[in-house]
Amino acid sequence: MSALPEPVVISSAELQRLSRKIRYKLIEMSHRSGAPHLGSAMSCTDILVAAYFGGVVQIDPKQPQDPQRDRFILSKGHAASALYVTLAERGFFPREWLETFATHGSPLAEQPAPNCAPGVELATGSLGHGLPVGVGAALAARIQKRDYRVFVVMSDGECNEGSVWEAAMFAPACRLERLCVVVDYNKWQATGRSNDVMSLAPLVRKWEAFGWSASEVDGHDVAALAAKMSRVPDGTGQPVAIIAHTVKGKGVSFMEDDNNWHYRIPKAEEVAAARKELGVE
Amino acid sequence: MRNAFAQQITSLGEQDPRVVLLSGDIGNRLFDEFKATCPGRFYNCGVAEANMIGVAAGLAMNGLRPVCYTIAPFVTYRCMEQIRVDVCYHDVPVTIVGTGAGLAYASLGATHHSCEEMGMLRLLPGMSVLAPADEWEVRAAVKAALRHPHPVYIRLGKKGEPVIHTAEPEFRIGKAIPMRAGDAVCLLAAGTVLPMAILAADILGQRNVSTAVYSVHSIKPVDTELMAAVFARFKLVATIEEHSVLGGLGGAIAEWAAELPSPRPPHLRFGTGDAFLHETCEQEEARAHFGLTAAAIADRISRSLAS
Repeated sequence: MSALPEPVVISSAELQRLSRKIRYKLIEMSHRSGAPHLGSAMSCTDILVAAYFGGVVQIDPKQPQDPQRDRFILSKGHAASALYVTLAERGFFPREWLETFATHGSPLAEQPAPNCAPGVELATGSLGHGLPVGVGAALAARIQKRDYRVFVVMSDGECNEGSVWEAAMFAPACRLERLCVVVDYNKWQATGRSNDVMSLAPLVRKWEAFGWSASEVDGHDVAALAAKMSRVPDGTGQPVAIIAHTVKGKGVSFMEDDNNWHYRIPKAEEVAAARKELGVE
Repeated sequence: MRNAFAQQITSLGEQDPRVVLLSGDIGNRLFDEFKATCPGRFYNCGVAEANMIGVAAGLAMNGLRPVCYTIAPFVTYRCMEQIRVDVCYHDVPVTIVGTGAGLAYASLGATHHSCEEMGMLRLLPGMSVLAPADEWEVRAAVKAALRHPHPVYIRLGKKGEPVIHTAEPEFRIGKAIPMRAGDAVCLLAAGTVLPMAILAADILGQRNVSTAVYSVHSIKPVDTELMAAVFARFKLVATIEEHSVLGGLGGAIAEWAAELPSPRPPHLRFGTGDAFLHETCEQEEARAHFGLTAAAIADRISRSLAS
């Protein structure tokens, strides 16, 4: 790992300010492009900030293909805007690219295409793909004697997919202790409460029962998230599952826990109100 | 065929440390030699094909050359979307090997038949679809697939298929292998039905119908150069495959030929029908059920020539 620069770590107050700035950018981008899934993007923003600014993901934005880099896969591709803004903030590509989001010819589609932009590891959008591919990436590290880690962020609705649980059974059998799943557990999926649609709970015990070192965390406490995600491998010899309790639409009072924002596009006055609430200049 | 595959993949794994073999909980003892020769590069992924394909894509994205092996319907239909998104959309070099393809497992019932999988995989952008005819072609196909920097599907029979070639033929993806010369009828055979095609050519020869035979192991890309010559030269063209007449070799050739100027020779498609096989039977009976015998092929061709 000596080739990699020291991970970026900034103060807790700075992290919070960055999260607010990113959330505002997401709202602006959704308003301008008409792209939905704003609630989902705002739900996982703090997880992304913890990963890229909390000293977790070891990667050099100038060398996004470095074979030794940590792999970070946002499996919930519908929240891609949050990944794009985070990567731009971290210097993977110019912030100006964000202005083209979801417009004709942009590298940044509503859901990412293969190799669409530096730092985007996987084309996602269809759910339940990120974990199996992440397991493959972690297995590749084992075979090639590399010590990078693999982080996969999934949504709770995504845990409906059978392929998630196939991968969840396989990874511990391979003792992939450098693999970490973070479930963005905002308790909603597209059209209903995730615990009404499917019998999802108890998520921590489910992952534990599948052979993972599982725990839960406040998914909006960036420092706590970063601390947990940094402890991969955690010494148990098992892959790590972090169930992050989150709020869909987090950060803006009239969006929080309101599932209409899975598809709704904010109007100009809502963008202005959100800006005020988020305290963005 | 599966033994030839196991031997070939072992030898390739020995030469190339990037080769990783994933199995869907089959091939008990089949890969013992691979495991011994290539430690840490064999993974039994269990009865979980969707995950197996995703894992293979993750391995391939990180510089390895994974090969996924299990019974044909399970490594194709079951995980079609993973093949489409993880493998083909990312255009990573994953080799998918389906064993017991076509009607090889006739006796196990239609859950184990795969007479639609070539058609399904052929539709995926960037996917090559190969149907080797005997163990020599299997060896050559596996080598070609692992040299190919894109996704490849290879369908195999099971074991004990007749050996047609006497040595490894020159094998290129997208190039058919000439087996018999002739100038009236051209038989294009995909996979383990090749001996049946040769036998049908013999019967037609006895009726003074000069019949050419090609092993068209490459269903996608299809050998368009050869097809242009075949449709220009022969009075009748027939495709033969242990696959639905929809979507496989017959479908591929018919699509290609659709844009040819008239007149062009008739194209007879021999394969399984647009139906599941509900009969309890072995492979030979299953083939006969669908008119896949040398005699039935020769007779239908003779009738077509006479009309």
